[in-house]
Amino acid sequence: MSVEQKPVFDLDVSAVRQDFPALHQQVHGKPLVYLDNAATTQKPAVVIDAVDRFYRIDCSNVHRGVHDLSERATRAYEEARTSVKRFINARTEREIVFVRGTTEAINLVANSYGRSHLKAGDEILISALEHHSNIVPWQLLSDQIGSRLVVAPINDAAELVLEEFERRLGPKTALVAVAHVSNALGTVMPVQEIVRMAHARNVPVLIDGAQAVSHFRVDVRELGCDFYAFSGHKVFGPTGIGVLYGREDLLDRMPPYQGGGDMIRSVTFEKTTYNELPYKFEAGTPHVAGAIGLGAALDYLARLGIDRVTAHERDLLAYGTALLESIPGLRLIGTAREKSGILSFVLDGIHPHDVGTVLDRQGIAVRTGHHCAQPAMARFNVPATTRASMAVYNVKSELTALADGIRQVQEWFKL
Amino acid sequence: MNDLADLYQELIIDHSNRPRNFKSIDDASHAEGYNPLCGDRVTVYLLMDGDVVADAGFQGDGCAISKASASLMTESIKGKTRAEVETLFAEFHDLATGTGDPHPGRLGKLAAFSGLPEFPTRVKCGTLAWHTLRAALKHEAGVISTE
Repeated sequence: MSVEQKPVFDLDVSAVRQDFPALHQQVHGKPLVYLDNAATTQKPAVVIDAVDRFYRIDCSNVHRGVHDLSERATRAYEEARTSVKRFINARTEREIVFVRGTTEAINLVANSYGRSHLKAGDEILISALEHHSNIVPWQLLSDQIGSRLVVAPINDAAELVLEEFERRLGPKTALVAVAHVSNALGTVMPVQEIVRMAHARNVPVLIDGAQAVSHFRVDVRELGCDFYAFSGHKVFGPTGIGVLYGREDLLDRMPPYQGGGDMIRSVTFEKTTYNELPYKFEAGTPHVAGAIGLGAALDYLARLGIDRVTAHERDLLAYGTALLESIPGLRLIGTAREKSGILSFVLDGIHPHDVGTVLDRQGIAVRTGHHCAQPAMARFNVPATTRASMAVYNVKSELTALADGIRQVQEWFKL
Repeated sequence: MNDLADLYQELIIDHSNRPRNFKSIDDASHAEGYNPLCGDRVTVYLLMDGDVVADAGFQGDGCAISKASASLMTESIKGKTRAEVETLFAEFHDLATGTGDPHPGRLGKLAAFSGLPEFPTRVKCGTLAWHTLRAALKHEAGVISTE
């Protein structure tokens, strides 16, 4: 993660904003301030156009027809895979499996790798910050094969306690699965250290990168991780498409996740031979339009320059943190030194849902609730938080609007 | 922001900041309500004297709407018969969801929730305590949810 690099040119954020049609609308009579990017990001016109073009002109199934449309669709689908490969610096397209999203990617690993490589008594090590989608698949697996979930704790700033993590890496640890960035609290996890510690004990590592890829450079070869999962819709692409990166030698040794068309080489009632990578893991007609849209999104982000995006978001986060910290009665949850663009907070005596409703009426979209990370909420003794999450197109004036909005909330609920 | 003023009426803010009957009642029939997506939790206690609600209380944690709803509910059902509570439930439900033909006049203080239908995502907050009350009335086991 090269977050310290100083980009040559600053990002032209007003030009970026023009690329996103949905940003330019009024909500309850106020200009939209969209700060729910950790839930999903808005889409640039190039993504909408790419999906539109597929359905208007190139619509066909992939890898099957000999006709021109099918060839075009297949080419566009495979070019999208190349865009993904390039974006995360994988070695080959064979390491890029298209799935529905991060959740399906993790379930794929749990079912395929987990059931074929783990056994009763084995331990799966996660952190206390995980999203439910990086907890429940391992619990389901453990119910089936008798493995066990082990959780490494976090400190009061919501940082992983690395010594405690390392202490839990034992002879029974068979897999490490951690978020790159906490969706609820914004902590950037020390994944490089985690991979180093795990690999020193020959334990493979899966990284849930859902909240990382839109914010800073992700290089799977530099990270050295074995699996990396992310969703298209959180990185300006369509919903329903995501990526599992897996090291080729591991994917090769894994059985298929689902059976069906496209994932086979030959089928008889006696024996079926599976297709080569990555098609072995892509049973059935894939989300062709989604993959094409995701490819367009990653190409767009690459053109903006991911390091410039990181620098802009760092500025925003510092600005927003200072603004919110100056509000009496507001407590930020998650104050890690290494943080990505998320401000999760609680207000004294005011429930997050009431905060969300009052902010919504000012045109400010935030998420309230437990953010699918109930154990992380429990660690801080709060049932829920209000979460403002940023993306490349957010500007400082929107964070000022958020701070003003919060003061109005406090005014409404004055004791 | 007039609709916000309709939702968060003074009475609602008051009851959420200073909930009445915020207590458990020994030997009372009780039921539990939980909206897992929100995290709102409420336990409703109901002490019956024959057919009449002798005392009512609640405990739990949630947003202003759910707390105020539970608080005002416990106030409004004391001294009422089962049948009267059922009628009140139906009328409150109509008011909160903006369906049927609510009679705010018959609802007394509960009419403060007349702004709820304008906030569809918050209706479940206002009705959780009431559905939980009904379960307590019928001695139903299991956790009630309005999500």
